[in-house]
Amino acid sequence: MSARENVAANFDRPLLLMYLALMFMGWANIFSAAYDPEHASILDLDKEYGKQAVWMGISLTLGAGILMIRGHLFRDWAYGIYSAVILLLALVLVVGKEVNGAKAWFGVGSFGIQPAEFAKYATALALTRYLSGLKALIDIQSRVVSAAIILFPVALIMLQPDTGTALVSGAFILVLYREGLSGNILLLGILAAFLSILSLILKESTFHLPFTDRELPGPYFLLGIIVIGAVLAWLVVRNMVLKRLRKRLYAYIVIGVVASAAFIGSVDYAFEKVLAQHQRDRILVMLGQMEDPQGLGYNVKQSQTAIGSGGFSGKGYLDGTLTKFKYVPMQSTDFIFCTVGEEWGFLGTAFVVALFTVLILRIIQISDRQRSKFTRIYAYCVASIFLLHLMINVGMTIGLAPVIGIPLPFFSYGGSSMIGFTLLLGTLARLDAERLSQLR
Amino acid sequence: MNFESRKYVLVAAVVTISFIFILRLFWIQVVDDKWKASAANMAERKITDYPARGFVYDREGRLLVANTPVYDLMMVPREVKPFDTASFAALIGVPLEDLRQRMTDARKYSLYKPSVIEKQIPASQFSAISVHLHHYPGFYGQSRTLRTYPPRLAAHLLGYLSEVDARKVAQDPYYKPGDVIGVGGLEQYYEEQLRGRRGVRYVLVDVHNNIKGSFKNGIYDTLAIEGKDLYTGIDLDMQRLGEQLMRNKKGSIVALDPKTGEVLCLVTSPSYDPELLVGRVRNTNYGVLQRDSIKPLFDRALQAQYPPGSIFKLVQSLVALDEGVITPNTGFACNKSLVGCHNHPNAATIEQAIQYSCNPYFYNVFDRIVERKLDKKSRFRDAALGLGEWEHRVRSFGLGEKPAIDLPSLKGGNIPGPAYYDRKYGEGRWAFSTIYSVSIGQGEVLTVPMQMANLAAIFANKGWYYDPHVVRAVGEPDSLQGRYRQKHVVEADAKWFDHIQEGMRRVVNEPGGTARRARIEDVTVCGKTGTAENPHGEDHAVFVCFAPMENPRIAMAVYVENSGAGGRWAAPIASLLIEQYLTDTIKRQEVMNELLETDLISKEKFFRKKPKKPRRR
Repeated sequence: MSARENVAANFDRPLLLMYLALMFMGWANIFSAAYDPEHASILDLDKEYGKQAVWMGISLTLGAGILMIRGHLFRDWAYGIYSAVILLLALVLVVGKEVNGAKAWFGVGSFGIQPAEFAKYATALALTRYLSGLKALIDIQSRVVSAAIILFPVALIMLQPDTGTALVSGAFILVLYREGLSGNILLLGILAAFLSILSLILKESTFHLPFTDRELPGPYFLLGIIVIGAVLAWLVVRNMVLKRLRKRLYAYIVIGVVASAAFIGSVDYAFEKVLAQHQRDRILVMLGQMEDPQGLGYNVKQSQTAIGSGGFSGKGYLDGTLTKFKYVPMQSTDFIFCTVGEEWGFLGTAFVVALFTVLILRIIQISDRQRSKFTRIYAYCVASIFLLHLMINVGMTIGLAPVIGIPLPFFSYGGSSMIGFTLLLGTLARLDAERLSQLR
Repeated sequence: MNFESRKYVLVAAVVTISFIFILRLFWIQVVDDKWKASAANMAERKITDYPARGFVYDREGRLLVANTPVYDLMMVPREVKPFDTASFAALIGVPLEDLRQRMTDARKYSLYKPSVIEKQIPASQFSAISVHLHHYPGFYGQSRTLRTYPPRLAAHLLGYLSEVDARKVAQDPYYKPGDVIGVGGLEQYYEEQLRGRRGVRYVLVDVHNNIKGSFKNGIYDTLAIEGKDLYTGIDLDMQRLGEQLMRNKKGSIVALDPKTGEVLCLVTSPSYDPELLVGRVRNTNYGVLQRDSIKPLFDRALQAQYPPGSIFKLVQSLVALDEGVITPNTGFACNKSLVGCHNHPNAATIEQAIQYSCNPYFYNVFDRIVERKLDKKSRFRDAALGLGEWEHRVRSFGLGEKPAIDLPSLKGGNIPGPAYYDRKYGEGRWAFSTIYSVSIGQGEVLTVPMQMANLAAIFANKGWYYDPHVVRAVGEPDSLQGRYRQKHVVEADAKWFDHIQEGMRRVVNEPGGTARRARIEDVTVCGKTGTAENPHGEDHAVFVCFAPMENPRIAMAVYVENSGAGGRWAAPIASLLIEQYLTDTIKRQEVMNELLETDLISKEKFFRKKPKKPRRR
């Protein structure tokens, strides 16, 4: 066997090391969150940490199994896996178990499987397969197909409904951008987000018009600013731009103003008519437009209190008091980061954030060293998914992101997500180990 | 087209986001004190509300058991700040060494959970402690109640409270270590009703240990449910008189209201003061009582199994009459060669046989019951058939199985049927001659006093009874317990009971009767004496009776151990109790005084037979 084909020799050890470190740290924190000094048995299957240990075993076995599969098979099976997960997502809507109002679970005894957690893996494979066959993502047809691959499972997950998990697919925009999606679209998206946030912030406020006694509602004020900006831009274009370019820029300015006005109006409409009350409230609390420390802001306030109480070096392992005893909601799932913050302090949280950052950067590095286009794009998908989870999950516990229920990889309690992330990383490790032997 | 440079966008995003997160974390955790302050302000504590245990009343609403408040001094080790242990020890009245030891133990047990430092501090003492308690964060008082027994009576009947053992904790998730649970008597049988349901409150406390309100508006709280009161049929005066009369004697008294099955008094002697088994002194006292040679913890009324003796002749008569093997006018000569007897005229009727308690008469009666000549070929099989029918009828009198009374740990006695003897001797290897001592209530027949009292109720009612029960209502005084409203009818026709009652009347009221000392003026008492053979010493005396004959209101069994014949001590005790219950006064003070002065326990040693020495081969 030549060195090129020796999978074990080309295996990326830092990746494995970080994977194991995150998994172990995650379990230790779940143990602490569910810790009961009365019954300190490590493998108690009634407790979350006991179940999580079982899931860890399953994940490790599965990960080892994935490493045995020849890399080209992932490419060959990509659409098959995608179809299977789509089927599962459809099936769960019919025969799934309803938990907290969402039909998202297949129940097996006290263990449950959440097919939505595998959707990102399947989508990543299918999207990679599709994109790797293209030269670049520049024509309309390829954009439409890519969007369809991404949005089909999203639609099914929205039906459960599980908005949080569906939102993770936003990560694939980064992949599309990397593969040639025009930056303008990304820019427009960011602009739109900025505008909608602004309009929502200004929604309830009114502005006193100087030199009159008129009160102006917020959105109109925003529109006024835009119009003033457009007039200034028009002046700039008229005086400073070559004459032959002016006509086009004038058109842009007019279209921009009209589109902004329409957008502000539609945001207002969507906010009032499409969203449910609790979603509206969440957004308002997030934007600082609503103060409700005992209600909706409660989660965020409690979680920041728990993290803040950890101080620089934390209260010590198992000694956190606020994360015990249900002080923080969903303390072992979505808000597991609070336990890290309270018991390990700033040193712990900074370490965890840094470790995730290094992991993501390492994946990007792996992506760059590939000769195979398939592996390169796939690695990029993995990096984007991890980034989004880190951003949303940690962000919400420290009040920088809205409360969206998605797990922190390997930390949050839950078997499906752990298996999902293991599949993502395992497949990447195998594909990467074959980087010298094959061109795909 | 080449988009190679676009990878730096993702790298930049990752690095920027992490940088922002770490800055924000540094702000929350290190720079800004706002979060730490609010975290410190919100320590939460779990407070357990122990509901007051239900009271127990007698039939006229007088208290048998009540509660008195005490406080447990609790400590949460995590919240304790360094303090002067010496002055604290002096304050709570615990030796300094003990206090240190208990605090160490508490820390070992749990840093977060409260531990008991000193148990059951009386309310008067705790009020002096509580004013200083705010100097000692981490300590607080938890109020509980202890049992108190205003009349200091009926210890066995009521039972006592004890800490749950580890087995019960493992078995029943309601109980936590350190909880109390009823042991014995009504406390055990009605544990769930009496205890109510523990409540839990979660409260927020500040650094000064003051409660700042409920945790999350109490959504995790459960409300305590008060224990229910028990309304018993016990007559306190009678219970008191019974215990006085039985003082310095071993034995028991069970009195029932035959119309309802309610227990009027339940005396077992020797007994003990129920206050001895309350609170901090319980463990010491329990050891003393347990080691006492006269066994004050043994509940004779429910657990002592005696042969019924002559009283069983009444049951034999009823079975024989109902089976038709004798008539009321059947007579048998007193043939002492069959079985020993005392000197008396020959009995020509069933009433006379009862009056004289003639042993050979009932030998013949039981012979006819057993040897029915149903199987002409084998007297062995014939005996099995006859005894099988007999067993079925006798068991209908509530004998041979545990009475369905609302008290725990009863014995059921023994009624030997064919199956029993087949086990003992082998099938076809026993006949009437093997088992004839059953005819006069000796041999393998065993009953407990409770069953004998019920038998008296059956005689009084002429053939039916309600299951004996102590508690007539739980919670509400008028809510009668439904399960004790089911009438049991025995396998003997009511008309035969006239002869039994007449016989019992003569036992007490006619010359030659064995219980003449039980007579009361103006009240027709019916009774029957018995002697339970005791292989270890002087025989035990039994007396069952009911009164008045015309409209029975009380039925009773009295056992006095080691006192010889039933008429000597048991009969007068019964008659005094009947007099107390029916007339509310005692006119025969001289009988009373004689009984009060009698000390059979210290006399006992003179009567005791010497234990046989092991024989040498």
